[in-house]
Amino acid sequence: MASPVKDPLTGAETTGHVWDETLQEFNNPLPRWWLWTFYATIIFAIVYWSTYPSWPIGGSYLKGFSTLTYKTDAGETKTTHWNMRALLAQDMQTGEQALKQKAYLEKVSAASYEQIAQDPDMSAFVRSYGNGIFGDKCAACHQAGGQGVAGLFPTLVDDDWLWGGSVEQIHQTIVGGRNGYMPAYNTTLTPEQVDEVANYVLSFSGIEHNAEAAAKGQKIFNGYAGGCYQCHTVEGKGLYSQGSANLTDQIWTIADTTAEETPAERLALVKKVITNGVQRQMPVFGQRLNETEIKVLVAYLKQMSGTQQ
Amino acid sequence: MLKHESIETNSGLLIVLTLVAIGIGGLVEIVPLHYIDSTIEDVKDPQTGVEMVRPYSPLELRGRDIYIREGCYTCHSQMIRPFRDEDLRYGHYSLAAESKYDHPFQWGSKRTGPDLARVGGKYSNAWHTQHLIAPRSVVPESIMPNYPWLLETELDYSDVGARMTALKKVGVPYTLTKDEYAGWTDEKGQKHPGTVERFGEKVANTLDINRAEDNLLAQAKAGNYDGDPSSISEMDALIAYLQVLGTMVDFSKFDEDYFIQFR
Repeated sequence: MASPVKDPLTGAETTGHVWDETLQEFNNPLPRWWLWTFYATIIFAIVYWSTYPSWPIGGSYLKGFSTLTYKTDAGETKTTHWNMRALLAQDMQTGEQALKQKAYLEKVSAASYEQIAQDPDMSAFVRSYGNGIFGDKCAACHQAGGQGVAGLFPTLVDDDWLWGGSVEQIHQTIVGGRNGYMPAYNTTLTPEQVDEVANYVLSFSGIEHNAEAAAKGQKIFNGYAGGCYQCHTVEGKGLYSQGSANLTDQIWTIADTTAEETPAERLALVKKVITNGVQRQMPVFGQRLNETEIKVLVAYLKQMSGTQQ
Repeated sequence: MLKHESIETNSGLLIVLTLVAIGIGGLVEIVPLHYIDSTIEDVKDPQTGVEMVRPYSPLELRGRDIYIREGCYTCHSQMIRPFRDEDLRYGHYSLAAESKYDHPFQWGSKRTGPDLARVGGKYSNAWHTQHLIAPRSVVPESIMPNYPWLLETELDYSDVGARMTALKKVGVPYTLTKDEYAGWTDEKGQKHPGTVERFGEKVANTLDINRAEDNLLAQAKAGNYDGDPSSISEMDALIAYLQVLGTMVDFSKFDEDYFIQFR
């Protein structure tokens, strides 16, 4: 390099670059604090590289000195280089919050549903943990308070159950899901016959109807043409095994007759269901939730619905 | 010899050299991922040896196109990170393998709405239909826009074969020839497994570009995703796509340790 150029006025060294005839740039040293911070970052980087996974080498990479220990599903204890997946496994197994939760989950898992209901501590846990599961997995359809959506998703806060309200039945509904199906009668019954059956259906729960048509409808309901009794039973009480609605209890999950004001509107609603049939699906949660989570959820639903079954 | 002054006084050269410097930084971060063996997990059924992650069927693929067209990714991510809170809410963390046939991937980083990486099977088709038409009718606090036109618009699937061919060019194993389907041996005696061997016959049939339209129609008819069997709407395609998200890997067949070993 050529000898340093000096600024004649200050005597300070310049970079030697000149712009616009006289504009020059001082070559002052960097401030000390800045320089040392810069060196510190270099040292930090080297420490970081050697602690955590960093530089690629061919088909592998520098794994770093930091290690994590976790248990495999098979129960084997393993130690590996630091990585997010092992860190998650470790956190799920030994994290403070996870262990607190685990203690409760194990307690609930070992207890019977009666014991959970009677123990205030476990009941409170079920309310809080169950609320989390319900909020994420169930509330989209059954709504945050379990009230359901009329015509689409059944309410869970009454004592009326399509697939049964015992703990075993609720458990099965969650684990295996449910497929509710009622055939469409638009091709098998004439519009008059649909009208007659609808009148008969309304008569079950004492809603205003045409008694003459209902008498005819009864024959279709319990006869070969309609065959409605096969699922809804002759008494109209429905079967849990089929998920067929109880028609006698004034609780309507699809044709929400209570929301309509005139008898004609109520009749039209029921006719629509008979004409179009019903296809409803409750998704399978047996893979998404583990056995303990399902137990918490069942206990939560029993609490929420206040069901006596 | 390139001098400091000549770079500082020549903005064109400065730009070029700045880009080179940034380029080196980028390449150092990206290129090794293509060489490191454990970047993408090997997810094969432990019993049958069949690959679990498969390319999308023609109907799902059109659904994915609609997902992108409607900008769903601007509010929904498809990437469950390995944190306890995400595991508890969404399920198993996303594997690299699960998005290996996604071009472009839909990982995202903006969660105005929930993550959708494992939404498949979580809700019924009827819920999805209702929710896409009018989100607030089922989720009162939702701020998601209404998408009523999805149900009203007939799905245009005339170019689905061309779309699959385009994806095939970037490495997605859709098949055009019998060899690609059944496997072949090259001059050097090297065996190339076909899609039948890799994914099983049932899946391999859905990856055949020559049968794309038939497959799309068959799936839409069998699935009847939007509840209206009279026509195939964009809603059918989108729900078919949503219902497959995150469902391809059966995690119960693996020890969790297996996936940790890939990191």
